[in-house]
Amino acid sequence: FTADEEFNDLCFEFGLELDEVTSEKDIISKEKGEGKAEGASEAVLYKIDVPANRYDLLCLEGLVRGLQVFKERINLPRYEKIIPAEGEGQKLIITAETVKIRPHAVAAVLRNITFTKERYDSFIDLQEKLHQNICRRRALVAIGTHDLDTIPGPFTFTAKAPSEIKFKPLNQSQEYTASQIMDLYRTDSHLRHYLHLIENKPRYPVIFDSNGVVLSMPPIINGDHSKISLKTRNVFIECTGTDMTKAKIVLDIIVAMFSEYCEKQFTVEAVEVIYPNGKTHIYPELAYRKEKVKPELINKKLGISETPSSLAKLLTRMCLSSHITGNGNSIEIEIPPTRADVIHACDIVEDAAIAYGYNNIQMVIPKTYTIANQLPLNKLTELLRMDLAAAGFTEALTFALCSTEDIADKLGMDISATNAVHIANPKTAEFQVARTTLLPGLLKTIAANRKMPLPLKLFEISDIVVKDLTKGKRSLLGIFCCPGSYCIIHKCSAFFPGRCAEIFARGQSVGKLGVLHPDVITKFELTMPCSALEINIEPFV
Amino acid sequence: MSPSVAELLLQRLERTPPGPEGGLCSLEAATALGLDHQTLVGAVKSLQALGEVIEAETRATTRWELSAEGEEVLRDGSPEVRLFHSVPSEGLPQSDAMKLPGAQVGFSKAMANKWLRLDKGAPGGPRIFRAVGAVQDVVQNSLRQVQDGNGDSLSERERTDLKRRKLLLEVGSWRKLPFKAYNFSALGLPPTCGHLHPLLKVRSQLRQIFLEMGFTEMPTDNFVESSFWNFDALFQPQQHPARDQHDTFFLQDPAEAPELPASYMARVKKVHSQGGYGSQGYKYEWKVEEARKNLLRTHTTSASARALYHLARQGKFTPVKYFSIDRVFRNESLDATHLAEFHQVEGVVADRGLTLGHLMGILQQFFTKLGISKLRFKPAYNPYTEPSMEIFSYHEGLKKWVEVGNSGVFRPELLLPMGLPESVSVIAWGLSLERPTMIKYGINNIRELVGHRVNLQMVYDNPLCRLDA
Repeated sequence: FTADEEFNDLCFEFGLELDEVTSEKDIISKEKGEGKAEGASEAVLYKIDVPANRYDLLCLEGLVRGLQVFKERINLPRYEKIIPAEGEGQKLIITAETVKIRPHAVAAVLRNITFTKERYDSFIDLQEKLHQNICRRRALVAIGTHDLDTIPGPFTFTAKAPSEIKFKPLNQSQEYTASQIMDLYRTDSHLRHYLHLIENKPRYPVIFDSNGVVLSMPPIINGDHSKISLKTRNVFIECTGTDMTKAKIVLDIIVAMFSEYCEKQFTVEAVEVIYPNGKTHIYPELAYRKEKVKPELINKKLGISETPSSLAKLLTRMCLSSHITGNGNSIEIEIPPTRADVIHACDIVEDAAIAYGYNNIQMVIPKTYTIANQLPLNKLTELLRMDLAAAGFTEALTFALCSTEDIADKLGMDISATNAVHIANPKTAEFQVARTTLLPGLLKTIAANRKMPLPLKLFEISDIVVKDLTKGKRSLLGIFCCPGSYCIIHKCSAFFPGRCAEIFARGQSVGKLGVLHPDVITKFELTMPCSALEINIEPFV
Repeated sequence: MSPSVAELLLQRLERTPPGPEGGLCSLEAATALGLDHQTLVGAVKSLQALGEVIEAETRATTRWELSAEGEEVLRDGSPEVRLFHSVPSEGLPQSDAMKLPGAQVGFSKAMANKWLRLDKGAPGGPRIFRAVGAVQDVVQNSLRQVQDGNGDSLSERERTDLKRRKLLLEVGSWRKLPFKAYNFSALGLPPTCGHLHPLLKVRSQLRQIFLEMGFTEMPTDNFVESSFWNFDALFQPQQHPARDQHDTFFLQDPAEAPELPASYMARVKKVHSQGGYGSQGYKYEWKVEEARKNLLRTHTTSASARALYHLARQGKFTPVKYFSIDRVFRNESLDATHLAEFHQVEGVVADRGLTLGHLMGILQQFFTKLGISKLRFKPAYNPYTEPSMEIFSYHEGLKKWVEVGNSGVFRPELLLPMGLPESVSVIAWGLSLERPTMIKYGINNIRELVGHRVNLQMVYDNPLCRLDA
């Protein structure tokens, strides 16, 4: 076993994915070219995929802690909140103006922290990951971290008109008003994505210290004045947002992860937050929740038969410190503030399964007898497919999405007459509507296969979508690239006049057949005459 | 240099009148030129290949030839005539007559012709007598006619009679002609035939696997789904990244779902925002407007949710196994391995007391039928399953473990608001149809397989789909 393989296996077992083994040099040379990679570090980097609900694994500190506890190399630390004596702690006052734009704020202080280059980078990196992930690109929560020694409290979180806000944004050399800042960052590759969050509001959120110095304008940018550096000893962390639960989780995660580097390890200094209604609350919450789970439940859900004490041990390895209570028929589990993903007993069961090892669970086949049934429509479809192939037709598989042009203009119809379903956010013109007929797809298939010998005989049986029901309709289309001749019954813009017929069956119109109109053929960039038949097979089920 | 066969043929042709009534019979020409018929046919073919030099048409001729027995009749007369001549005027005991060669056939024919008479009561046993003075050997005459090449002038009935008596052989001219050797290394002429699409061939096989395993097909006839069924019903929070415009096609028209089940929706709202059923919930403000947004379904799990809700409403719970294979949509950038639409295969089992071990057991059976038996399970995260696991299979070609599916046990926050009993567990798994197809057929670019840019030649050439082999 090489170290990489061993680590890969550990990741697999724990539910992580070792995505890539690389180095800074590799990354730069891949993104910017060989030349630019000169001098970059060749130290091995692991790129690891973390489950989207495990915020505690988003930084190296958390990942190492989680894996060490999993391998029983360390005990999970207990995160402690230190509440300063009356009058000595930091305060954050929320004013009523914030209500309509960003009503929630939480805060905490990391005292006497020791940063190194790596720790500092990891600290910044975690904020960015949380911003992208649980904070939904800062929409729900925005994090600001400040050098507390540069700003005297109490702090005020309020909202002001853009013109009333003026400060020196992070890494800028001069002061700007809020409106100027928005213009400044309109072309910024990173920050422009956040401007829309507040842009159209009459007031912008802002945090001041007691001297009126701007700490930050959430969720866009911090002030340069209070920026943190490797030398920073005391960090003031504020999280503002529209989702209170997530703001609390984000704060808990940041302080739990980095309190490791505080002089008093794993301790956090609390901040008092004062609401517009005068009520106060102490943050971070760092709440430890206790749950009780029956050992039988875990065994029953997983199909294993472990003793209560071994189950408690399994859970403890997953950072869910557990012990047996009562007379052994209950396990008490303490859910740490870092495990916001545990919201139900089933989450505890899963952690037990991971610690037990999924691949150690005995496979069993359920004993219940059930009789299989095909869906009648699909059964008919399968039979028709076989027979159409037997009749010498070749099956195509075309996209259900297309442009409005494909189902309307090119068939000589107005889009309003198609009863089509329209997509709100298509990335390209090829995804404007859901198909209302299979015809365009098959014609495009022929166009893409002009090199194939004639005649081309294609068919497809698939669903189309029309607005009234927004339910699928199973349509069958056969197309024959070489004309036949048909009687005159029906007029349709897509077909050559006098060579088109409507098909009636079971007391209703079920489809059309005919020789395609030369205009249609030309618009689909074809040169050969084509005849087509399209029927709705649902009446035949 | 002596003229080639083609030249000789052209020279002869020049002397014959043009038109359908003129021309040369290849057999006659070959005889006249003293050539083998096949050599002459070869010359005809090479002249034809030059373009509009000669016209040739195939004419079939049929000849009749005597069998060995026929030759004998021609030489010695038919058995009935021979027997007739063997009978003296005083008659012949039947037992003696039957010892003569060919007497069996001769006797029945002569009796049928009423040439002979049988006296069963004669002294000394049955005795045969001539019934007429003289007879004509019609059969021998007919055979002589055939021998002389005038077989065609016989009536169909006469000929049938001769054939029935095995006196004639029907022979084409092939018997005496030499044939060119076949090139069995050539591809041969492909028959014109229809073809099924490779991906849908795999779909048929997967349907079959599910049916063999006792799974019933769920309805999935709606590409358009409400966010409620696609996300909310599956306990997927409204701020989940999958619900972004980036990942999901939302509809502009019709933008909103008309009807959602009110009381069920109220229970869903509660479990999302406040929790319940033993859950803390997500503690956010759940909005009905979000749930109403129409979209193109991002997975068929929405169909499973509908089916389970329907099952819960039936009253008394009955265990079920469901499956579906249908198209789903993701607002993704297209490349060689990603499309905006693909097919999802989904299996669901609802029963009392199902375990993770059951899920793994079913998966093992399912994938073995698919031709994949080396499986490994990895913990994973899905918003609607807990526990969840990704299924990995060892890929012999890539020499590594690759993900082949995703699975899990549906969360209680999903099942209980539907009204399913607490004792019921639902296990489910899903995979794409495209991935195993691409691996099976060694296709690297998905756009060659799905969509209008499909390579029809690939479809034509695509072999049988047998997953277990």
